[in-house]
Amino acid sequence: MTIAFYLASAVAIAATIMVITRRNVVHALLYLILSLLAVALMFFALGAPFIAALEVMVYAGAIMVLFVFVIMMLNLGPAGVAQERAWLPPRMFVGPAILAAILLADLLVLLAGNPASAGQPQVVAPKAVSLALYGPYLLAVELASLLLLAGLVGAYHLGRREPKKEND
Amino acid sequence: MIPVSLPLATGAVLFALGVFGVLVRRNAIVIFMCIELMLNAVNLTLVGLSSQLKSVDGPIFVMFVMAVAAAEAAVGLAIIIALYRRKQTVDVSHFNILKG
Repeated sequence: MTIAFYLASAVAIAATIMVITRRNVVHALLYLILSLLAVALMFFALGAPFIAALEVMVYAGAIMVLFVFVIMMLNLGPAGVAQERAWLPPRMFVGPAILAAILLADLLVLLAGNPASAGQPQVVAPKAVSLALYGPYLLAVELASLLLLAGLVGAYHLGRREPKKEND
Repeated sequence: MIPVSLPLATGAVLFALGVFGVLVRRNAIVIFMCIELMLNAVNLTLVGLSSQLKSVDGPIFVMFVMAVAAAEAAVGLAIIIALYRRKQTVDVSHFNILKG
């Protein structure tokens, strides 16, 4: 258990160092996804499988898609295609693939471990999380939904094109 | 049992790397990624401590941090798009219009 955590921690730190040293944004994004997956594995090892699943879905899924979308949006035009080809040569995938293979092996070891053994931390089940969310933390859930709505409206307002000045 | 110092140390290192990235990088999108890294390091610290204390509050707070991160990512990337439309670049050293 501890060894698996050490391994995931090492992968997370290595991937994070790669994020802040890559000059190319897409390369940095590849390593950032790996760093998030490594942190999700650490959540799993710490006994929070629900949060680990959320981390993969929300961070490595939704937020990263947003990043990819914006990066691709800012490189429109025919020059963008050639740039993209130059940005992602096949050898660029070697580093992330090695780190991801380590994470996969780590996850398999964790899943193969006997969950009843004494070395396992106490697991926070999804049921306990949802009971707490809709019990004592109900007001905070409502506030989070308000925040997300405000974020949605703000992103729409900032992202739309400036209207023509003919109506002024 | 994983010692509590391990997730705390990893979280601290990841947070420091995120701060370092924000300070040294000039690309607005990479700075944004580093902010996500810092939020993530805080999540790791929360889960590590709540695992040690055998409480459910850490995962709950991580969910709220995720909601804040999602809203922040949407608004921040919209700001980056708006800035790009104005200056045709995402290099933050070109955004000095607020300089006195």
